Amino acid sequence: MSDHSAASFDLTLTEEQRITRESIRRFVESHIKPNARAADEAAAAPADFYRQAGELGLGLMPIPEALGGAGMARAPISNVLNAEDLGHGDMALAIGALTPLSFINAVLDFASPAQQETYLTPLAMESLLATIALMEPKATFEATALQTTAVKVDGGYQLNGVKTLVPLATQSRFILVLAALEGDAASAGFVVESAAEGMTIQEESCMGLRPLELCRVELHDVVVPESARINLDMGRLLDLSSIGLAAVAVGCCQAVLDYVVPYVNDRTAFGEPISHRQSVAFMVADMATELEAMRLMVYRAASRAEQGLAFHENAYWCRTFCAEKAMEIGTNGIQLLGGHGFIREHPVEMWYRNLRAAALLQGAVVI
Amino acid sequence: MINLELPKKLQMAQQMSHQVAATVFRPIARKYDKIEHCDTPEELIPLGQMIKGMGGDGKKPDSQSEGRASDAVNNGANMTQVLTTAEMSWGCIGLMLSIPGLGLGNAAIQAVGTPQQKERFGGLHCAMAITEPGCGSDSAAVKTSAVLDGDEWVLNGEKIFATSASRGDAVVVWATLDKSKGKAAIKSFVVERGTPGMEIVRCEDKMGLRVSDTAAIVFTDCRIPKDNILGSAEIADTAEARKKAFGGVMQTFDNTRPPVAAMAYGVARAALEITKELLQKEGIEFRYEKSINNSTAIQAEVYRMEAELEAARLLILKAAWMADNKQPNSKQASMCKAKAGRVGNQITLKCVGLCGSLGYGEELLLEKFARDSKILDIFEGTQQIQQLIIARNVLGKSSSELK
Repeated sequence: MSDHSAASFDLTLTEEQRITRESIRRFVESHIKPNARAADEAAAAPADFYRQAGELGLGLMPIPEALGGAGMARAPISNVLNAEDLGHGDMALAIGALTPLSFINAVLDFASPAQQETYLTPLAMESLLATIALMEPKATFEATALQTTAVKVDGGYQLNGVKTLVPLATQSRFILVLAALEGDAASAGFVVESAAEGMTIQEESCMGLRPLELCRVELHDVVVPESARINLDMGRLLDLSSIGLAAVAVGCCQAVLDYVVPYVNDRTAFGEPISHRQSVAFMVADMATELEAMRLMVYRAASRAEQGLAFHENAYWCRTFCAEKAMEIGTNGIQLLGGHGFIREHPVEMWYRNLRAAALLQGAVVI
Repeated sequence: MINLELPKKLQMAQQMSHQVAATVFRPIARKYDKIEHCDTPEELIPLGQMIKGMGGDGKKPDSQSEGRASDAVNNGANMTQVLTTAEMSWGCIGLMLSIPGLGLGNAAIQAVGTPQQKERFGGLHCAMAITEPGCGSDSAAVKTSAVLDGDEWVLNGEKIFATSASRGDAVVVWATLDKSKGKAAIKSFVVERGTPGMEIVRCEDKMGLRVSDTAAIVFTDCRIPKDNILGSAEIADTAEARKKAFGGVMQTFDNTRPPVAAMAYGVARAALEITKELLQKEGIEFRYEKSINNSTAIQAEVYRMEAELEAARLLILKAAWMADNKQPNSKQASMCKAKAGRVGNQITLKCVGLCGSLGYGEELLLEKFARDSKILDIFEGTQQIQQLIIARNVLGKSSSELK
């Protein structure tokens, strides 16, 4: 778009977005919702889940045709709509389903044509996974002050450090490791292949997002070739992932609301549905209001990104606001079910555990 | 196509209103806050004439008149109204409410009046009188009565909290034709200033919005022409029709809530802007560099307020956009009012706190904004009334189930 100022404020989906939304929602109903609880208990996605998710073609869409993809433009708005719909089914499986796309988007935004060919062609051709390793195991973690280091050595770079909360690392063919470049203020990305010498990957058990198979990745003198270095704009990567994760959280919060509404209408106390009490009804009203606001914050940030407008502040507000409100909705979801909410028979406790990640996970869903 | 940026035409309306707020309202905001009770401030009179000349006196332009295809997305009168209201509120809400010709009564006449009534009353500054000493949020409980006697209605009762009633040319009064018939018997009537039997008994001394007059009115056998009733004089007789009749009256609030939400947004943005300037003077930078947990406490406070403000703004725009595109927006109108009302008040108060004596003192406007903002979470439906409307909507409950 050349002239942004001519376009009307609009919240209507395009025809294409509507059609995609239908197919994603069908997938969520058939492949995600029925399996979410079992996947949480097993701390693993259902067998064959990532091949099936791959068939949705989300990762294929933006890969250039020459590399075997569909050659569509980068589409942050479509990505957040998909993230929201997938998140409505299950946050962990949603993030998992979007993990390869996150890697692909990062490569598309920051890598050279030659690098794109190297890394994207195999992802387009085969059902392979790829992921991003950003976070590090430390309180006060700040993505702009990484402790993982990359040192220039003969023929490439040597990586050292510990990465945490890396989705699907054990299954990924490529891991985009973000590291501080020695002697350089900027950070860079390094694509490490799964069999790299010196890299150990171990699954981490967390409070939630258990089916996402979050991993700790340790790098001891891992050497990658010069060609594996991707110069990236860390700010953009973080912003896109803030919006993406918030979109997944919007979906999950909608699931919480959709679950508590019939519950508080059916549950009776003192001779009438508990929803007839203002203390209960007003909690529901506030959940619905904040959720609506979260969604609009996500849409605005994503639409600015899509239009090529500056979106750092929007992404920042989006993350700040959605992290806080998502957890509020998550905890109130349990509260409204009372003791039943605490029992694993109901999904609200799982959503509570998953939504906690909205405030801390970074780099996972690059839209 | 999803786009939450404003088109140029709306940006221009916004800029013009901002100009008025900055050059007309801000310089005299403190002065009139001190004067409190007065006639319409003289600085506002040319403004009222100008707005009237531009067709901005509550007469909404036909949204299809620009030759668009009817299925095109419309960014029209409702969006313009919330944006201009927000900008003027950034200057001073009390002064904005004192602009001649922009009364709530004007909106009611435009919404439900006949063409003749619009012709007769359209040029007047019309206030609205709903609240009574014994009924506020429960507007179905009005006691003021209207009895037809020959060619005239005879009104009796007492109204309070009528904005602009002492300065206005007329007041739109809610009264019941028959108290025993409940909501369906409530009608609205236009009473022109100077009508015998209508007496402004006092103007309230308020915490904020001081320059805006808030009148108490007593009607004692006040006789008005028969055709000063807005809408039909018939009382719906079936339960269904009764519900519909009152529902229609209440629906006018769907259109007035987003503008009040916009006032809350506007005043809060004003407070936050001044606060950021004062903090920047002290060397505090707002560059959104570190995540919120690694920012300083004061940066984090500001970032959170900005995020909440943006949330309120987007809810307001959505509600107005839905109205412009003929989508039912009762839930969204209440959502934006609830959200903006509460965060607007929280933000103005927080700003006073953050700025210390500069916030609390009268040298700057921060303390005034904090006084003004409180009413925005109360009038045009309190926070709790908005929550009720949202909850009924989300839960699928009637007003008899969820009271």
